[in-house]
Amino acid sequence: MTDAHTSGPFIAAIDQGTTSSRCIVFDKDGRIVSVDQKEHEQIFPKPGWVEHDAAEIWTNVQEVVAGALEKAEITAADVKAIGITNQRETTLLWDKHTGEPVHNALVWQDTRTDALCRELGRNVGQDRFRRETGLPLASYFSGPKVRWLLDNVEGLRERAERGDILFGTMDSWVIWNLTGGVDGGVHVTDVTNASRTMLMNLHEMAWDERILHSMDVPAAVLPEIRSSAEVYGTVKGGILDGVPVASALGDQQAALFGQTCFAEGEAKSTYGTGTFMLMNTGEKIINSYSGLLTTVGYRIGDEKPVYALEGSIAVTGSLVQWMRDQMGLIKSAAEIETLASSVEDNGGAYFVPAFSGLFAPYWRSDARGVIAGLTRYVTKAHIARAVLEATAWQTREITDAMTKDSGVELTALKVDGGMTSNNLLMQTLSDFLDAPVVRPMVAETTCLGAAYAAGLAVGFWPDTDALRANWRRAAEWTPRMDADKRDREYKSWLKAVERSMGWLEDESDEQ
Amino acid sequence: MAKNIQSLERAAAMLRLLAGGERRLGLSDIASSLGLAKGTAHGILRTLQAEGFVEQEAASGRYQLGAELLRLGNSYLDVHELRARALVWTDDLARSSGESVHLGVLHQRGVLIVHHVFRPDDSRQVLEVGAMQPLHSTALGKVLSAYDPVAHSEVVEAEREALTPRTTTALGDFETLLDTVRARGWAADVEETWEGVASVAAPIHDRRRMPVGAVAVTGAVERLCPDGELRPELVAAVRDCARAVSRDLGAGRF
Repeated sequence: MTDAHTSGPFIAAIDQGTTSSRCIVFDKDGRIVSVDQKEHEQIFPKPGWVEHDAAEIWTNVQEVVAGALEKAEITAADVKAIGITNQRETTLLWDKHTGEPVHNALVWQDTRTDALCRELGRNVGQDRFRRETGLPLASYFSGPKVRWLLDNVEGLRERAERGDILFGTMDSWVIWNLTGGVDGGVHVTDVTNASRTMLMNLHEMAWDERILHSMDVPAAVLPEIRSSAEVYGTVKGGILDGVPVASALGDQQAALFGQTCFAEGEAKSTYGTGTFMLMNTGEKIINSYSGLLTTVGYRIGDEKPVYALEGSIAVTGSLVQWMRDQMGLIKSAAEIETLASSVEDNGGAYFVPAFSGLFAPYWRSDARGVIAGLTRYVTKAHIARAVLEATAWQTREITDAMTKDSGVELTALKVDGGMTSNNLLMQTLSDFLDAPVVRPMVAETTCLGAAYAAGLAVGFWPDTDALRANWRRAAEWTPRMDADKRDREYKSWLKAVERSMGWLEDESDEQ
Repeated sequence: MAKNIQSLERAAAMLRLLAGGERRLGLSDIASSLGLAKGTAHGILRTLQAEGFVEQEAASGRYQLGAELLRLGNSYLDVHELRARALVWTDDLARSSGESVHLGVLHQRGVLIVHHVFRPDDSRQVLEVGAMQPLHSTALGKVLSAYDPVAHSEVVEAEREALTPRTTTALGDFETLLDTVRARGWAADVEETWEGVASVAAPIHDRRRMPVGAVAVTGAVERLCPDGELRPELVAAVRDCARAVSRDLGAGRF
């Protein structure tokens, strides 16, 4: 029995997520010792606007850290380092003298900067800063959100230019507060979070002066860009007093790290309400011509940065929830598998869940959802099957785009997230990708990634090979579908996707 | 001729009444429709409510059919729900025991494997979800036979084939073995199904304490029984896992 995980030392990780903050304590084998979690309020001031109260988040972070330590029955002395992973792009400005946020944080989903982004695109369009930042001009990213705050909070621009205001994504906010806040807190961000601001030059790993000028963001507010795994400072006060703060990674990059995708061509896909897939592209910055994002995967200390391609699917788990809550076809999310398993195939039906348009690789905002290929033969079980297949086909489209952009064939896909408990979906995924699909034993890959990075920084783990050795395969699905059938089905799927496009006559119809 | 039990007849009449027509009825409507005293009707309704067959609307105080009746219609827990709930716990069991973990439910005359976690040693392994195992010789099968009356009647009627020289086949011996399983709360299979393979299993219960499945650790007999006896810490880990999944399904502590 190797069940000796009650003896330390340990690494703690904070996951400051979109709906909650969590703290998990890990042992040297990467096993979970304890978890604590607390949700925070989602503030919707207007349709399309989403905010968080950063003060509430900081309070919750302190509580879950204390909670996790208490459940593990350990003290700061047992914790070698703490790492941070966070919801990406969510933007906060605060007063560096008082530590008070000047406004609620603007959450990544918030679309108030849509018009500003169009304006910033000028005559070039949404790819104006793509070469430097790897990103299209879209409302998710932090730069335009900073600009909005500077333009809309009374007197803020003057205070910012005087050097009284600090900007940060949630990693910066948590680290600044952990390391003392107004009393000497360090104002830093890591390369992965900085790569989602649209203000950092991917080639230089530094703030891009030209973009700062175009977006009218004063350099004085910006945090220092550091690697993802190094000691930024030590915790000042509170339950973790004296513990090194040693990592920061955006949540999806943390999952890539936690899945130990350290080699070029290795990829992970996280299946939640939406799906995020990242592929390690090594030291190469790959410009995407297929609608993917180019981003920083991670950087360990002084080592060279590792880049990644990212593709996201807007609607995956949320389609199953929609089938449950709106269509009433199933009583629980897990039941979709029972229903779908009651038939051999999709009966000719294809479900394209373009509820808010098509994302990568199409980027068509005029698309809307369709169910194609309906006949009287089709039953609700066939539709359930089509729902699961939609997630698998969309993953296939993203992997195809990644292969096209990078020239690297996917050898295996590492998966995590809630939907990995769906056996039929995982088998279908393997069938459609024609590649093995592998689930690791630790489901909490996001927190694990932050813990790994922090542990590396303080020498708790010697190198990435040691982390790889910790990785355990819990299950593997291998392709069983014959090639002809796969090709036929893929063709039908692509036809269905085509049917979803151009539904909105004019984008101005969209409300 | 045996006389039928009056209160059960009255309860059945109430359920029929609530199933037809208006669906939501007050106490006095129910009592007068069935020609009962209010006190009598209330007593029966309260019992039905405690069993979940009837629910009382908080605002109006009227009665309607309860969710429990729907569950009776499709009585078994969805196996995919079971897997989703068990995922974290079974991963941890595989990790701590260093062996593979299986989750099984009764299906027809055997054990259907609904979840499988690989042995965490990076060797090539094949996912066994969907495979069937025998009821009478495996640890999973014995647990189900001991706790689920349907499984018990299947295994008693079936031919209990000798898969290895150690398989228990005679009915009397098998029943004694199940008594032991029930007394201890877990079952073992030491080379009774496959030569060289040992396994330990414990039952998973739902919130009504119904046995809905079993979880097992399986591995080489040399590792599981190094001194000819199953390692007690393995048994404890399997039972902890089964309890954790049961708790997740709403079963109380026991």
